[in-house]
Amino acid sequence: MAALRTSSAPVTLPAKRDRSGPHPGTVRAHRYRWVIPWLFLAPALAFFAVFKFWPSIWGVYLSLFHVQPYLGDEWVGFANFSKAFSDPDLRAAVGHTVLDAAVAVAGSMFVGFLLALLLEAPARHVRILRTAVFLPAVTAMVAVAELWHALLFPGRYGAVNSLLGDFGVGPLPFLSSPNSSLATIMLVQIWKHAPYDMVIFIAGLVGIDRQLYESASIDGANAWQRLRAVTLPSLRPVTTIVLILGLIRGLRVFTEIYVLTNGGPGGSTESIVTTVYKTTVTNNDAGYASAISSLLLVATIILTSATLWWRHRRENA
Amino acid sequence: MAHQSAPRSEQRGHGVTTSALGLRLPRRLTARRGGRLAVRVVLYAIVAGIFVVPLWSMFATAFSADAPKLGEVMLWPRGLSTGNMRTAWNLGLGQGLLNSLIIVAFGLLLQISVSAFAAYALARKRFRGASFVLLAILATMMMPEEVIGIPLYLVVGRMHMLDTYPGLILPIVGWALPIYVLTGFMKQIPLELEEAARVDGAGDFRIFRSVIIPLSWPALGTCAVFGFLMIWDQYLLPLLIVHSPKMTTLTLVVTGLQASQEQGEGVRLAAAVVLMVPSILIYLGLQRLFERGLLSGSLKG
Repeated sequence: MAALRTSSAPVTLPAKRDRSGPHPGTVRAHRYRWVIPWLFLAPALAFFAVFKFWPSIWGVYLSLFHVQPYLGDEWVGFANFSKAFSDPDLRAAVGHTVLDAAVAVAGSMFVGFLLALLLEAPARHVRILRTAVFLPAVTAMVAVAELWHALLFPGRYGAVNSLLGDFGVGPLPFLSSPNSSLATIMLVQIWKHAPYDMVIFIAGLVGIDRQLYESASIDGANAWQRLRAVTLPSLRPVTTIVLILGLIRGLRVFTEIYVLTNGGPGGSTESIVTTVYKTTVTNNDAGYASAISSLLLVATIILTSATLWWRHRRENA
Repeated sequence: MAHQSAPRSEQRGHGVTTSALGLRLPRRLTARRGGRLAVRVVLYAIVAGIFVVPLWSMFATAFSADAPKLGEVMLWPRGLSTGNMRTAWNLGLGQGLLNSLIIVAFGLLLQISVSAFAAYALARKRFRGASFVLLAILATMMMPEEVIGIPLYLVVGRMHMLDTYPGLILPIVGWALPIYVLTGFMKQIPLELEEAARVDGAGDFRIFRSVIIPLSWPALGTCAVFGFLMIWDQYLLPLLIVHSPKMTTLTLVVTGLQASQEQGEGVRLAAAVVLMVPSILIYLGLQRLFERGLLSGSLKG
């Protein structure tokens, strides 16, 4: 500890100065200099290779097989993929996932933006409230799902229902009806992710040149016009980032659905990843699950690349 | 005319600086401003009610001595008791907490060291293939656990690490985010410091350890917080990899209690509280760390 502290002090390492001298080993040192960055990169690249790239590639490979533990894998060509494209359950799951991703992302951004406008002020009590509002974003999704599972108890005595009852609404079935289950999950997701978007928007709002507001006010713009003409355009780059993160996050939705409804009732909330999980664990068909995963991977890559490319072009235009 | 309006617009402009839309708390209360203030307070109350009260009710129900009725979640505990917590503890919560702490401690240590090494090369070295490495790291961002979960589970199985700590720790070590954060931060460290050390005969590892790392503490702290939350939230991976109760993690215990219907809401929420509290403590620590990091960054220029 003491050694660490002295070594972090301004850099003078007199002990070594004489030895390096007028560089006797320079030629050799230069020759192997190119190795040094790769030595530093090696651990990270090794972990990525084994736990990211290998599974990704192996997943594509496995999707060409009927995977059977103990019996050996059987080559089936593209059968898993043609099954995926004609599977009505998977199609429904893709529909739920895309709808969920779109609504939850848009909803989180909208609520997050409102929160940002409301809680942007630097006053102390606002900062405390802002800190408190951010708590759902850092709470583990499992805990959030557990909490809302309790709060959204479907009967009249459920916490949210009894509150709604005071206003003469309900009782609503929430997660227990196929008609409202997916919408309920979206609300829980918005509750968790909106504070996160709020922070991103606040960072964006702080970055806006205050003189723009000033000149807009001088020109007689009201609050709504200032919002439309100054705030929203200035936030567009930030919005793109939030959108990318949100959509990627949305396509791989698993935890909240698995904990809140386990895909039910009646498959009404089944998502792509819950389907993959059940295909593996319940149906023991890792080949088909890999095929679905590979398609999801390709979709994620295309979506992200397209967004990055689009943003790159915009910035350079 | 122009003469007169100049100072007034100055004043208005000053008011605008406090908030994006120029909506701000008034210094002097007039009827109109009072109305605005009331609207603000009501909006604050609604926001707090939606985002904070549910979390609070979790604590209240978990520590209530009186068991909640069916479907009930309490706003205020009816008598304080740790009975729910003790029941949950006996049902594996303690084992889950211990395992999760082990996983997060080793996982975070590895994740940050590995990321710091990689960031040093990317930020401080110019070498052939750097753009390829950056592209590869970007690609891994599109391969989260949920997307590659099944083949990842099979890979872990092939390495005979199912139901072991390494099986739960090693897959989450490689993460693009800390590499990006640290690379960005290390790029800002002035080259003169490194050159001074090099003149003094320090090699790359020495420079990394004695110059770059001590200056990167704020960024390392940021990475530690994000890494903690990422590892702490893991659910699908333990769900696939853990088979025995001995290896169970906190998230698995919390959802496992939900499945065992005989336990009341209080016990289940007590487990969820244990899952939630460390993240919240870490986040409240992050805030200060963030501010300190920003401050030191701006001082160093």
